[in-house]
Formats: sequence, C-alpha cells, structure tokens
Amino acid sequence: MLINLFNTVRSYGIPVSLREFLDLLTALEKKLVFADWNDFYYLSRSILVKDEKYFDKFDRAFDIYFRGIENLDDVFKTIIPDDWLREQFKKNLSSEDLKKIKDLGGLEKLMEEFKKRLEEQKEAHHGGSKWIGTAGTSPFGNSGNHPNGIRVGGKSNKGMAAKVWEERTYENLDDSVQLGTRNIKIALRRLRRMARKGEDFEFSLDNTIKSTAKNAGILELEYIREKLNDINLIVFFDVGGSMDPFVKLCEELFSAAKSEFKNLEYYYFHNCIYESVWTDNYRRNENRVETQTIINKFTKNHKVIIIGDASMAPYELTNAGGSIEHWNKEAGELWLKKIKSNFYKTIWLNPVHEDHWDYTSTISMISGLMEQKMYPLTISGISDAVAHLSRRH
Amino acid sequence: MRFQGTKKYIASEDLKLAVDAALNLEKPLLIKGEPGTGKTMLAVEVAESLGMRLIEWHIKSTTKATQGLYEYDAVSRLRDSQLGDEKVKDIANYIKKGKLWDAFTSEEQVVLLVDEIDKADIEFPNDLLQELDRMEFYCYELDKTIKAKKRPLVIITSNNEKDLPDAFLRRCFFHYITFPDREGLEKIINVHIPKIKKKLLKDAFDVFFDIRKVPGLKKKPSTSELIDWLKLIVSDDLAQEILASDQSKLIPPLYGALIKNEQDVELLQRLAFMSRRDTSVN
Repeated sequence: MLINLFNTVRSYGIPVSLREFLDLLTALEKKLVFADWNDFYYLSRSILVKDEKYFDKFDRAFDIYFRGIENLDDVFKTIIPDDWLREQFKKNLSSEDLKKIKDLGGLEKLMEEFKKRLEEQKEAHHGGSKWIGTAGTSPFGNSGNHPNGIRVGGKSNKGMAAKVWEERTYENLDDSVQLGTRNIKIALRRLRRMARKGEDFEFSLDNTIKSTAKNAGILELEYIREKLNDINLIVFFDVGGSMDPFVKLCEELFSAAKSEFKNLEYYYFHNCIYESVWTDNYRRNENRVETQTIINKFTKNHKVIIIGDASMAPYELTNAGGSIEHWNKEAGELWLKKIKSNFYKTIWLNPVHEDHWDYTSTISMISGLMEQKMYPLTISGISDAVAHLSRRH
Repeated sequence: MRFQGTKKYIASEDLKLAVDAALNLEKPLLIKGEPGTGKTMLAVEVAESLGMRLIEWHIKSTTKATQGLYEYDAVSRLRDSQLGDEKVKDIANYIKKGKLWDAFTSEEQVVLLVDEIDKADIEFPNDLLQELDRMEFYCYELDKTIKAKKRPLVIITSNNEKDLPDAFLRRCFFHYITFPDREGLEKIINVHIPKIKKKLLKDAFDVFFDIRKVPGLKKKPSTSELIDWLKLIVSDDLAQEILASDQSKLIPPLYGALIKNEQDVELLQRLAFMSRRDTSVN
C-alpha cells in the first residue's frame, strides 16, 4: 500500500529515493506512529521531504494518496479485483438489498457515484445522507446503515485528520522555480585559480622540518601563505525590457557568483553596453561609471562575463545615436569590441534558448563580435563558458 | 523515549514527531526555519528534556569538516621534542579531539548540535557524510577507528544561505519550523513573560502582526524579536495605552528591538507618513 504513497510523492516531482522510503518503513515498524493519520502525515513528511519548498507538493500528493481521487481506478484494481468485489458484494446482500441496488442503477452506477462523490466532497463528513463518511445513511462510508454502502477507509475517526494537509499552509513556500544556485556554484567552481596570497597563516610541516634540520635540530617554525581564489571577474548584467523574463535566472547566477568570488565587479546596462554603465540598478542615473574607466582600471587578466539576451534593434548595436535611452556618440558595437580587445577573456552568456538564437539578427551579430564565445545560460552552458575562461591564453 | 517539549519551549506536534523519529531511527535531524524561530534553542531544550549532555558545534565560514573530528598539533609536539618532554613519545597527546570525537566516545547518549551548517564551505556537508551516516571515522595518526558507543542524536540547523547537497539531505530527517500562529505565539509568550497583561499582549500582537504583513520588509520580525520587544515594554513599564494609539500602529515604540534593518525602518516611516497625510486630507 505504502508503495503507492512513494510513487505518488515521486510523481509530484519531489526528489525521494528508496533510502528514505525504507526509513519510513523502519519508522513504522518501530511503531513510532500508530493508527493516526495526522501523525503519519507528519512522520512521512519529515522523512520523505527535505526542503520546505516541496511541502505544498507533498500536501497535494498526500491528499491524492489519502483519498485516491485520481488513482482510484488503479487502487480498486490492485486491492479489490473487480469481479471478486462484485461476487463478494452480492453474497452479503439480501434479495431486498439487491433490489435497492437496482433502484440506484446497478453496481457500476454505484461505483461511479462513489467516485463522483469522492471528488465532489471536500471535507470529512459524518452523519447525513449524501456524503462519504461515517454513521450516515449515505451508501458510502463506514458504520453506516445504508444497505448497499461501500465502506471507505478503516477506523480513521479523526475528523481533523484530513485538515492538516488540506490547509496547504506551505503553498507560498513552493516557488516552483528550482533553486539551482548549488548547481551553478559547482559549475563556477572550476573558475578557481588558487594562489598563495596575503598573510602567512598556514603551518608548513615540510618547510619546518627542512629549516629545523638546517638549524641543527633546533626548532624553526615555518609558515606559508594560505591558498585563496585569485580569479578576478567583471560581470555586466543586461537589465529591463526584454530581460524581464530572465530576472530570476540572472539573480540565481548572480547570487551564486557573488558568494563564490571575492573579487567580483559587477555593472548593469540596458540592451547594449555604451560609454557608461551603472553599479546600482535602482539609482542608475547617479551611479554611472564610464566604460572607458573600467577598461583602464582593470588589468587584461580580468575575466569578463556579459549577461544579456542580445536581442535589440540592429541600429542599437550598429549606429551612433542608436540607443533607446540616450544619445550615444559611439555605436554599441564599438564598445563591445573595445571590451573584447582589452581583456584576454570575454564571454557572453545568453538566457535565450539556443534554438532561438537564429531568429534574432543581433544575437548572431554579437556572437560574431564575441568570436562565437556566446554560451546559453544553462548549467552546461556555464560549464563550457567557465572552461573557456579558465584556459590559459 | 519521547520528546514532549519543555516548560520553556513549546513544540508543535510535528516537531515532536520529527525529534522522535530522529531519536528512534538514529538519523540526523535537519532543522530549517525563519531566523528567530528557535532552531538552536530546540537542541538545547531537547537535551534538557531528555536528560542528555549537549555538545555544540558552531560552524563558521572557515570551519573545516576535519576540525569536528580531530586536529593534530604538530607544532607543540616539535617543541616538546626540543625540550625532551616525555609526552612526546605518545602521539595521542597531541591529538586535539573535535566535537564529533567527543560525542562519539561519550559513554552516554548525547545531543550533538551542528549549528548553522550553511555558513561553512559548500563542500562541508559532503565531507561529513560518512561520519554522520556510520557514526565513525578513522584517525590516521593513531591508526584506529573512532566509533560511536551510543549514536548521538544529531541536530543540524540551517538558515538556507546555501543549498545543501542531495546526498547529505537523503541521510537526514527534515523539519521546517513555521512561524507560529497567534495562538501558538501566545503560548510561547506566556512561557517567557508570564506576568504580561492580557490587554497589552493583545495590542502588541496587533502591532506585531501588522508589521509582519508590511510588504517588502527585508527582515520580518520573528519570535525572538517579539520576546525581546515585549520584555522591553514590560520592563520600561510603558503605559498600557501606548500600543493602542493610532500612532503606534505605524511606528511602534521601542521599534529597535523589532526591526533590525535601516531600510525597514525607513519603509515604515514612509508608510506612517503616507497614512498621516491621508487622514489629514480626510
């Protein structure tokens, strides 16, 4: 039976492995919870789900499992073979009951009605004459007195039970966007170039032994500089307009990059880089920086990553005065070339799906300017880009 | 053994069950939740209520996984060898035991708190997989395996600053401490500040929940801030009416205890200004 829960939970896209499922079985074996749906719900959630963003999905999966709405047919097939059910069922009925079933339209009708009511019914119900629940005269439910009732569930007599996961308290935690920063960080990892810098911190055993031996056995301590990541990055972000759909993706990349690299310079631009960019997107007019200053300030060894969809009107790229925001003296194209030629490694990351690149002329134009060093903003694209950046020139 | 919460710590049903499961199945329990909802406190209280010793391991950005196991102090040993100290002959004298070693070799079952695991390097949790799974590790210097006599109850807290690796998550049970509702919060306050007046508490809750509803706050005040704030109000013996006035609905008195962020204060002031302007127009 529980394998259904496992499958349902998995079908909802929650990453659960067999290991956790076995843990759950062990927990049940140890009688951590017993005959209480509420507790079972809490226990299975704590064992199967490892991130609060999946809680809502789990609640929904549990609901489906618990009531078997969508999978009702399967459940019936697996637990109670159809013909067996019919035979057993009829045996238990008196001729009077059988007549009543006919009144309702036969057994098929009854089963259908059952499913229908299950779907309609939104809360636990006890007493009354229509809904599925206990102690009523409805045909469905347990401890009822309807002659052709179907007994549903066991002794779950907690009216509360269904409520806990029906409340769906965790709905807003489910952002349904994969928080992929870990993957991105791992991809960015390869962009490390370890170098010994700064204070002498680390104790060097080898050197100490060497110098102690030289010192005729009198202890001479040696320290060595710690290894630190010595990569310098300059990142340009395209913001606004056509980039809006990709904001989330860019934020992820940015947060991953920021925690991974201490020497990270970042600037914003709109559509294309012109003579100036800005450092704070909220105050873009006050915090402008001349692009020329950036080129002069940093050494050629800095790696440059430009992130943008490269989708604009061709004149924004090729013409002086083409910018949609201001009058630019020199064409955007020229500035991109300047950046490209002033740093050893410059690449462009494009959030637009690679398949659609050919449909926008400026994408292939910029890709050409970048000497084809344009990569899609996916994990594999980032890996390729990083591989290129970390190669020595 | 069952964890039932303590006098000072109100545990929800699901939290109790999660602790029980971790205890009985001997798996680490990963706790997440908004800052200030009592993640670290949980370990302290679990240890107290179960009568176990608590071993705390606070993780910093520079913490390495091996520091939790042991460190070999080569420098002292070299120095001692110069002085001809007898100690030098036994390498065990220079092995500094880490928190995990402590927890594993304890005769009684202990609670091991690994606090804020997400502060460390991204690979940190991976380095502890084997140790937490099998509850043993190998000490090269002594050439022996340190194995847990009694598997400790491991409680790990995370503030969600970094995603944890899947392999690590698979080995843990997980609990997310949700922010309590009014009723739950009232219980918690009564435990911490028993003498608070009903009326004051009601007004304070109104203010508090209003602030939590303000969109765009960088850091929503949570339980620990609320407790601090109420303690301040009670100790300052402010007039009861102070919270009920319209003014305080917008910028509460002693707001410094509730709001820790300059931008958030600014945001509230702006809102207060706007609503004052609205009322004056009307």
